[in-house]
Amino acid sequence: MLLVILVIFAVAPAAPWIHRAAPRLSGWLLAVVPAGATVYLLAQIPEVAAGNAVTAAYPWAPGMGLTLSFYLDGLSLLFGLLITGIGALVVAYTGAYLKDHPRAGWFQAYILLFMGSMLGVVLSGNLLSLFVFWELTSLTSYLLIGFDHERAAARESAWQALLVTAAGGLALLAGLVLMGVVAGTYDLETLLASEDVFREHGLYVPILLLVLIGAFTKSAQWPFHFWLPNAMEAPTPASAYLHSSTMVKAGIYLLARFNPMLGGTDLWFWLLTGFGAATMALGACMALPQNYLKRLLAYTTISALGALTMLIGMGTELALKTAMVFLLVHALYKGALFLVAGSIDHETGEKDITRLGGLRAHLPITFAAAALAALSMAGIPPFFGFMGKELMYEAVTGDVAEGAILGGLALLTNILMVTVAGLLVLRPFLGARQSTPKELHEAPVAMWLGPALLGGLGLFIGLFPGFTAANLIAPAASALLAAPVEVELVLWHGVNLPLLLSVLTLAGGAAIYWLRDGLGRLTAPLAPLTNLGPERGYELTLAGVLGFSAWQTRTLQNGYLRRYMLITVLTTIILAGGTFVTRFAGLDSIVLSEVRFYEGVLAALILLSAVFAVWTSSRLAAVAAIGVVGYAMAIIFLIYGAPDLAMTQFVIETLTVILFVLVFYHLSRFAVYAGRATQFRDAVVAITIGVLMTVFAFVATQIQFHDSIHEFFAERSLPDAHGRNFVNVILVDFRSLDTLAEIAVLAVAGLGAYSLLRLRPKRKKGS
Amino acid sequence: MELVLAIAIGALYAAGIYLILRRSIAKLIIGLALLSHGANLLIFTAAGLERGRPPLIPEGQTEAAMPIADPLPQALILTAIVIGFSVLAFALVLFLRAFQTVGGDDLDDMRTTDT
Repeated sequence: MLLVILVIFAVAPAAPWIHRAAPRLSGWLLAVVPAGATVYLLAQIPEVAAGNAVTAAYPWAPGMGLTLSFYLDGLSLLFGLLITGIGALVVAYTGAYLKDHPRAGWFQAYILLFMGSMLGVVLSGNLLSLFVFWELTSLTSYLLIGFDHERAAARESAWQALLVTAAGGLALLAGLVLMGVVAGTYDLETLLASEDVFREHGLYVPILLLVLIGAFTKSAQWPFHFWLPNAMEAPTPASAYLHSSTMVKAGIYLLARFNPMLGGTDLWFWLLTGFGAATMALGACMALPQNYLKRLLAYTTISALGALTMLIGMGTELALKTAMVFLLVHALYKGALFLVAGSIDHETGEKDITRLGGLRAHLPITFAAAALAALSMAGIPPFFGFMGKELMYEAVTGDVAEGAILGGLALLTNILMVTVAGLLVLRPFLGARQSTPKELHEAPVAMWLGPALLGGLGLFIGLFPGFTAANLIAPAASALLAAPVEVELVLWHGVNLPLLLSVLTLAGGAAIYWLRDGLGRLTAPLAPLTNLGPERGYELTLAGVLGFSAWQTRTLQNGYLRRYMLITVLTTIILAGGTFVTRFAGLDSIVLSEVRFYEGVLAALILLSAVFAVWTSSRLAAVAAIGVVGYAMAIIFLIYGAPDLAMTQFVIETLTVILFVLVFYHLSRFAVYAGRATQFRDAVVAITIGVLMTVFAFVATQIQFHDSIHEFFAERSLPDAHGRNFVNVILVDFRSLDTLAEIAVLAVAGLGAYSLLRLRPKRKKGS
Repeated sequence: MELVLAIAIGALYAAGIYLILRRSIAKLIIGLALLSHGANLLIFTAAGLERGRPPLIPEGQTEAAMPIADPLPQALILTAIVIGFSVLAFALVLFLRAFQTVGGDDLDDMRTTDT
């Protein structure tokens, strides 16, 4: 399994070269890779259908308990086949769709990268690697939406999609880490085997909420749905692939995958059915007024994702089976319809359904494919979509208490789906021929093969559901239920409630189709309300974050050195002083050594010189004050047993004073720039830190946390280092590397000073 | 004596910080010098004071006569003095060049890379 993913990842960077070498054939050539992966997955069907999971594990960082493991059960297989199967068709389609695009090869590369990542998501046997692949799909989605990066709209939509899904990804990461902490393992197989660790745990609610935020953002659930219609800025093959049949279903996969571990609680039920049903109905309602083919499809995708979420949330055996059926139904018809939309746009140069008509004569095969897919979407027997819809009615009106509400919402949604299916096919293909920007002719093979195959499958599975039910749906549903189940799909259930609802759906859909323009006029005054939706919230949040960041940069990073210093000093005062005030317990006893007269004089000299250096307006007087401080300190070093320090201090202080005088000699008196108020503020800050340092220094003399290690030096200096002066021995022997670094600093500073002095920049005129 | 030196340290820190908060670079550099003096004295004082007992073994003997002053902080301060000096020297030369280029010692004139 690793090999499959690796091959896809390996071919991706080669795609631009393959495209350059054989621009006509590259679509077909590259499609071989996902087609091969499809065959590989198909070959796993017998094993998986028998109820066994195929696993593979490769040690990655064994010390951290990380393995790169793969886990293929019925659920992964169903998703994997959608990814590779539709992927192969999309890659072939792209070859023709972007035939003349200069960066078509790169587009194929992104598509393949996405395919590898998405396959990684559904095959991962480890929560952490699942997350890595999950984020990779967000990134490749960003690249694909923003593929036409010359257009501002494409860039903004890509950015929006990335921000929304990546924010959800962060929440998901937190949720996954919590799961790992609670269960003690990130291994999916182990987690699935030990079911009931989460539901009773105190962290269940945070885990569930975090995981749901991740899944809902990815799968465009209300109120995070707004990025998906905007993502239609992507070239159509990407929309067909990522934003209808695969990537947006990653969230659904996650919910399905975690159902055995996190599902079945009241909270799970209410959140998933609540948000799912709301998304389903809102998506369908928002789809109705759309006139652009792809946006129309995008909103119905949102609706379908909502339906899937709702079904998984309901958690009954029937609902979960229905979810898997509907997943396949939707992927087939929606993939086909998106590709058809792309073909229409490609052949006519027109995206607006109100300006299209009568294409059936010129695009007969595309029309047939579209009709097949739309009939499945509308749920007409004997198409696969009919089974999906019947099952959905059965599930929502069945043994769930809220059946009336959910049933009503499902009815509304399906009625609108029928209408939309009509809009997608009847408007462009039937009716009077309308003039289009481009000359009309049938799409090339690569572009009708995909839709025809997907649409045809919708009919085929509807007629012969046995194989699919037993080998794809049943194993997937078993994975959701964590118990083997049988799935039987039949077209005719007899006259019952779902059938009546189906009839009602078709009649309602047809009625709304004819009434649509009137409805549009009625709801037109409500259009400004859409500005109040969640997207407005996103815009406000983004503007707020940017504004805040600009403000804090202006405030904190304003380019005034003294402002930085002030903030640093104040932070020190607050943190260190605060800690001291709250934590310091007082001293048990105070031991002081005596103060001799001349020592007191030295200390007073230091203090007075420091104050004088601040007060004086003469530069040379300030330099003299520094010199006094330095010499006084040298004498203190001498008195308290540090002759080496004293000597160094004398020498260095002399050098410092000479240097200061050399530089300051040319300058005038100190300029005073600050006003009284600023001086007062700075004085308060400075005195505060002075008092704080006095207290710290004094307390430090009274507390000894560890024994001094000077006895070690006293013992080892002579025998080991043959030195009698411990300070010298430390410098040149025990800590000689420190000294080396010190010399390096000295050398660098010297070099810097020298080159600055030699540097003679050309003066500008007049300065 | 500990208390007396602690007060001197506080004075050095207060004066150093006050000068560093000025707009004039000349004052800033003087503040830097005072601050490094304060830090050195802080390390020296905090390590404990031992009057007139340098950390060395007198000629002709094999052991130091305990108690001795702690040699480790002394080694640290020795390093700090030298590094402090090199930073100061570099700052001074930089200041000189900036003064010649900008024609003043006001930091607010140096907020852009253009002169």
